[in-house]
Amino acid sequence: MSSQEEGELSSPEITAIGISFGNSNSSIAYTSGEGKAEVIANEEGDRQIPSVLSYIEGEEYHGTQAKSQLVRNSKNTVAYFRDFLGRDFDSIDPTPCHASAHPQKHESTVAFSIQDQESDAQNIVTVSEITTRHIRRLASSASDFLGKKVNAAVITVPTNVTEEQRVALSEAAKKAGVEVLQMILEPTAAVLAYDARPEAKIKDKIIVVADLGGTRSDIAIVASRGGIYSILSTSHDYETAAGVQLDQVLIDHFAKEFIKKNKTDPRKNERSMAKLKLEAEATKKALSLGGNASCSVESLANGIDFSSTINRTRYELLAGKVFGAFTRLIEEAVRKADLDILDVDEVILSGGTSHTPKISQNLQRLFPPTTRILSPSTLPTAIDPSSLSARGAAIQASLVQEFEKDDIEQSTHPMVTVTPHLRNAIGVMVVSEDVKKGLFSALVEKETAVPCRRTGVFAVPRDGGDVIVKICEGLREIKVSKKEKAKINGKPASDDSELDSDDEEDEEAEEIREKVWKVGTVLAEAGVKGVKKGGKVEVRIKVEADLGVQVEVREAGGKGGVRGTLEKARVVENGSA
Amino acid sequence: MAAVHFSLPLPVLPQGWSAEKDFKSIGQLSPATQRNIEPVGPHFLAHERRKRHQRTFSEDDRIQAQENVKKVEDDDVGEISEPEDPLMLQRDAKDWKGQDHYAVLGLSKHRYKATETQIKRAHRKKVLRHHPDKKAAAGSSEDDSFFKCIQKATEILLDPVKRRQFDSVDEAADVEPPSKKQAQKGNFFKLWSPVFVAEGRFSKTQPVPRLGDDKSKKEDVEEFYNFWYNFDSWRSFEYQDEDVPDDNENRDQKRHVERKNNNARKKKKTEDTTRLRQLVDDCLAGDERIKRFKKEERAGKDKKRLEREAAEKKEKEDAQKAAEEKERLRKEAEEASKVEKAEGKKVKEAAKNAVKKNKRVLKSSVKDANYLLPAGEEAGAKRVDQVLNDVEAVMAKIDAEEMASLAGKLGGVKVAEEVGKVWSEEAKRLVGAGKVKEGELKVIGT
Repeated sequence: MSSQEEGELSSPEITAIGISFGNSNSSIAYTSGEGKAEVIANEEGDRQIPSVLSYIEGEEYHGTQAKSQLVRNSKNTVAYFRDFLGRDFDSIDPTPCHASAHPQKHESTVAFSIQDQESDAQNIVTVSEITTRHIRRLASSASDFLGKKVNAAVITVPTNVTEEQRVALSEAAKKAGVEVLQMILEPTAAVLAYDARPEAKIKDKIIVVADLGGTRSDIAIVASRGGIYSILSTSHDYETAAGVQLDQVLIDHFAKEFIKKNKTDPRKNERSMAKLKLEAEATKKALSLGGNASCSVESLANGIDFSSTINRTRYELLAGKVFGAFTRLIEEAVRKADLDILDVDEVILSGGTSHTPKISQNLQRLFPPTTRILSPSTLPTAIDPSSLSARGAAIQASLVQEFEKDDIEQSTHPMVTVTPHLRNAIGVMVVSEDVKKGLFSALVEKETAVPCRRTGVFAVPRDGGDVIVKICEGLREIKVSKKEKAKINGKPASDDSELDSDDEEDEEAEEIREKVWKVGTVLAEAGVKGVKKGGKVEVRIKVEADLGVQVEVREAGGKGGVRGTLEKARVVENGSA
Repeated sequence: MAAVHFSLPLPVLPQGWSAEKDFKSIGQLSPATQRNIEPVGPHFLAHERRKRHQRTFSEDDRIQAQENVKKVEDDDVGEISEPEDPLMLQRDAKDWKGQDHYAVLGLSKHRYKATETQIKRAHRKKVLRHHPDKKAAAGSSEDDSFFKCIQKATEILLDPVKRRQFDSVDEAADVEPPSKKQAQKGNFFKLWSPVFVAEGRFSKTQPVPRLGDDKSKKEDVEEFYNFWYNFDSWRSFEYQDEDVPDDNENRDQKRHVERKNNNARKKKKTEDTTRLRQLVDDCLAGDERIKRFKKEERAGKDKKRLEREAAEKKEKEDAQKAAEEKERLRKEAEEASKVEKAEGKKVKEAAKNAVKKNKRVLKSSVKDANYLLPAGEEAGAKRVDQVLNDVEAVMAKIDAEEMASLAGKLGGVKVAEEVGKVWSEEAKRLVGAGKVKEGELKVIGT
């Protein structure tokens, strides 16, 4: 085996896949010949492979098979281990592993005590060994599918991953015969998966990536500027807003129903609880697709079978609190990035929990109508959220697999990745050159990484002639205005104050919040003379790495034009993230 | 990124606005924030490329564009863009033996190097242009002679056997060897290399060794000439055969022509072999490398001989030196042993003498002390005998050193009593040491 692996490694042929290695589920993807990312199904036909390993008499079970072992063989089943990798025992949260093999302290890392051999002996298996086995199984599934030995991968990691965790993951993968070409962050992988679609247009936009997983939720605000992504802020939640909390809502609901009929609490019995948990998860998934779902468990407790149905409205009512937590988490992240809800152009829902329709509905209500919510229940063309990061990783793998390892490392070095980002937008005054009367049209958005260049084509007054191009910085402001009450509910405004607190909610709802531009520093002026009737003026702004600005203004299709340069400005170290 | 379009019009230039070159720089950008950009996606790779190679946008665009263009160019290599010689277009297909098939297809740059795909493509392209139907449609005469030429050329070039026959006599692919005048001017390698490359096309064994250059190794040069002197050529001259008359003509006539053709082929083949041999000879004669190698070889041989002689001489000297050294060592050893022996003898004798002397001292001491009797008393014969016996006994028991110390003690005293004391002490010591039994020393012991 080892010699064979060595032989494989020495061969120059690199077959790289994308792996999304999650706490609850993992998925693998490759890039097809046409450059399209495709998710690979494992031997059981799962595209969502539970990150679970189970051992019975030395036999290893993986994925769904292992997950079903949580009922009968929970002590020898390892689940939810991803977050333990590269951490010491004191800093981990063992709650998710309550119903499976318990993590324990072993030297400086975390390990599990399981019977993974045929003998009855309990073996201490470290979390990195478990990860190696898990990745080996994923890679072998991919190899079987592709017909080529997979020997490299791009793996996604959460945004708050530590350097030790990266090293541990890289080593674990290497032991499994998979060279980690690059580790990319889950939110950027999701953005990349959308941007790599052939129909996608590269635009400047602020994207909220909500990765709602099984045991944790991670929100990241990403500024996408000409296809270059910068993360502006992140927020994480491990307790109140994740898939397991939704499961818990259903478990509690069904348990109560069971108690009503049979006077025993299935939650008290470990095995009953495990059965109910598996079934509740299935029910939750069914509720994401249909309006009704049934939950039936044979011999749930005391040998009594249980069967019940629940409709979506009921479920959404029960889980309202959890859904609220999701929304709050996203709001918090937006606030942390010094942005407003109105600044968000796109919301990408990623992770298995994102299938829940209610979450996207809540987001639709939270964000303005112009914001696109990319989730299966709001957009038919949305990519399956649970495979987003694997797809992104696969695309990245196809981009970097020809590079040398050194090359990739150099490219991802902070020397290259740390870049000054514009603090304010740069744009051109239209309609009037007067700061008060004119309108500011942003050409380069704020938080754009420099060097960058943007081109804008502007219309001219109807008769053409001489025009002025005034380039200035723009500050985005939120204008809050109240609509006339009378127009909406026919009551005079004075009535309102008497109704007091009850109406305050209404009042807020009627507030109109708008994004407006305030003109900041004027940067330059350029005059274009003798523009033809119906002609256009092309403005090209190029911001250099040292914040020098080059401006080129000319009549579209014409020659010559006006060129000018602005002085460099200084760069402020470590801005707020 | 694509340009963004704005529908609102730009403001009109205010009256009296003027600036140098129509551009006025007023402000400065606000300070920027340092942030990490995510190392993913094609656009990041472009950014990274620019940053690491320190290219600007336009430079990077140009380099990328060039790279893309190159790929297209590679594909285009097979395309034919040779001008057509108007004389060639007039050709008659009947005279196909005299025609240059490669030129007809527009492949005269490639010749024997043209691949089958290139030939097919060239044929297609030519057919598209010269098809008689097209000509007819264009209104010109239905002259399809050149089209027939194209078909014939393709027929020959796509048939491996016929193509070889044509290639064998394709003079346009030959490279003339340099004349003596040219060769004298130098440039040996530049002049001869293409000749051999062209001749190499007839080799049955491929690849053909290159002429190399001034720095080529001796083995390579030797291999090159060996190869060309044992050249295995597939060149044949069927193509230049006279037409064999049809069956219905005279059979004898036919046989006669065939025989003539065969002979002609053989003759031409021999001629070709001699020509090639002459060619290689000429080249060899002008090859400076061969002369240099010979010189080097000779120098090497001389060097070797000198070295060998020197080595032999040295060996001889060494052997002689070694023998001398051995002899010297042997002599030294002998001498040393002699001296040692002599020394040993001396010591022994000295010891013996000392013992003798001491014995004398001992004996004389008793005698001087009047045989240990008080002064004035005459020692009888018996007494003398006894005392001397005792002394003898003592002397027999003690070794040379003890004897010396005893002699020393006795030598220091002259008084008879004291001599007696010394003797009795000695006797006691011997008794104490268990060397003499008490009472054995009759006189001295008392």
